[in-house]
Amino acid sequence: MTPAPLLTKHLGEPGRDAIDAYLATGGYQAAARALRELAPDQIIEMVEASGLRGRGGAGFPTGRKWKLTPKREGEIRYLVVNADEGEPGTFKDRTMIEGDPHQILEGMLITAFANQVHQAYIYLRGEFFLGYKRLSRALAEARERGYVGRNILGTGFDLEIVIHRGAGAYICGEETALLESLEGRRGLPRAKPPYYPAVRGLYDKPTVLNNAETMAHIPHIVTLGPDGYRAYGPPILYSVSGHVTCPGVKELPIGTPLRSIIFEHAGGLRPGRTFKAVFPGGSSSALLTSEHLDTPADFDPLAKLGSMLGSSAIIVMDDTACIPAVLRRTVEFYRDESCGKCTPCREGTIWLSQIFDRILNGKGRMDDLDLLDSIARNMTGTCFCPLGESVPPSLRASLKYFRGEYIHHIQHGICDVAAAAAGGVRA
Amino acid sequence: MARALSAATLAEIGRLRGLYPRSHSAVLPALHAAQAETGYLSAGAMQDVADALRVPLTEVTSVATFYSMFFTEPVGRHKIRVCTNLSCHLNGADDVLHYLCGRLGIRPGETTRDGRVLVEVAECLAACEEAPVLLADEDRCARVTPEAIDDLLGRLA
Repeated sequence: MTPAPLLTKHLGEPGRDAIDAYLATGGYQAAARALRELAPDQIIEMVEASGLRGRGGAGFPTGRKWKLTPKREGEIRYLVVNADEGEPGTFKDRTMIEGDPHQILEGMLITAFANQVHQAYIYLRGEFFLGYKRLSRALAEARERGYVGRNILGTGFDLEIVIHRGAGAYICGEETALLESLEGRRGLPRAKPPYYPAVRGLYDKPTVLNNAETMAHIPHIVTLGPDGYRAYGPPILYSVSGHVTCPGVKELPIGTPLRSIIFEHAGGLRPGRTFKAVFPGGSSSALLTSEHLDTPADFDPLAKLGSMLGSSAIIVMDDTACIPAVLRRTVEFYRDESCGKCTPCREGTIWLSQIFDRILNGKGRMDDLDLLDSIARNMTGTCFCPLGESVPPSLRASLKYFRGEYIHHIQHGICDVAAAAAGGVRA
Repeated sequence: MARALSAATLAEIGRLRGLYPRSHSAVLPALHAAQAETGYLSAGAMQDVADALRVPLTEVTSVATFYSMFFTEPVGRHKIRVCTNLSCHLNGADDVLHYLCGRLGIRPGETTRDGRVLVEVAECLAACEEAPVLLADEDRCARVTPEAIDDLLGRLA
């Protein structure tokens, strides 16, 4: 049995983004309880016991991250929420920001209190125009009602929240590049060590840096307690898209098998089509095939297959998808979004893209396959940040599982998928 | 010396500066505010931002030339950004882009001669459930069809 949704329970209700609608369903009661009845350390223990792992892609345990943030007396700390959602296929953060922004603000209030932070920033993706409008209004409402500002709910706790808009750069979703951008510079990642945000983050100060969806989980952990929260799965927001009939954000227990997510919850494929491949965690995750469909969509089972849960963006492809064309588009994305700081990412993505153009323009050579693999291997473990490291997994998986498609392109100069989709015979 | 930015925009930049402990952090928001007024970031506009925040001009231009939403040359009054990333690619985004560019007689990255519309390829707009999607200025259009593009172009003055 799938538990009732927790985070998305009221999503899609008209006017849900307004504070009165949120308050009417018990909104901000978790924050009120946290500020009035709980000690900061107690909240951190609850979040750790909940097992919540960060929802930005890396899956670092949230409670442990908070514990790692030094709480030295008299030293300023910051909370930064990463709402720079840009991993291809991921749209859960945008959906929550547009549809239920107060849930994120309430999570921020609790997180700030637990970590004794008084200044928070939301780094919001520049292209989220609607999200900016909704979140700005929600923030103004929260301030008006006393949930943001000075002496919140009469408890003496102060919190200021500022929305900081990005300006079009995928790299700024990487946490240290995000901080550079928040400090008003180009989004180039910082070296780790020493720049782990928890210890040396914004303006070199200890910084709690969490994903937007992560914030939306926090009020529920406080309300239900760690065990009550875990009874809901624990829940996770899967963004399901591509060749499914019912795409969207699916709130399900973490570890729901890919097959169930795709065929039950996302409506399955279009009539007459067959399943071909899936990215289980955005375009940075190694793509998988039908033999992997019974894998639980969770961190460890996907990592065992050499793929990852990442930001839990499930992109489904049916038999009309041309895999080399899909990979070319993926490589172009990383090429254009590479910040240029390190050579393997900057040059590697350009070389890969040139080879893909050759193959897809009918001028490919058989040794291009080894060349693609060689470049991918040389980018693995050599890039400065996860952006460049995101290219090899899906590329190498495509060469492993769909080698025949590459060979067909090279030998015949055309795509057999196009012919098959038009009703021709598929090899 | 005459300013490229109006007094209202400079006042807004002053307000933005107050949101951060260091004025350098206000560079991105200030550039957004400047571009909202002038359509693109001219040398004069960037100088005004640098002066208002007391940040070296080179820092401002460095930021302005890094982020894809900032323009340092004049561009179309309206900006249409077509997502062609994976989920949109799988749902016909290339046809959408081709149709749109065909209607306007331009290539992606170009502005129409009359200065009305800029068409750009966008990276994943995080709205994959609505694929194919595009952003027409600040409005997102879902499940775009050729008819929807005809409609849209009719509406943009």
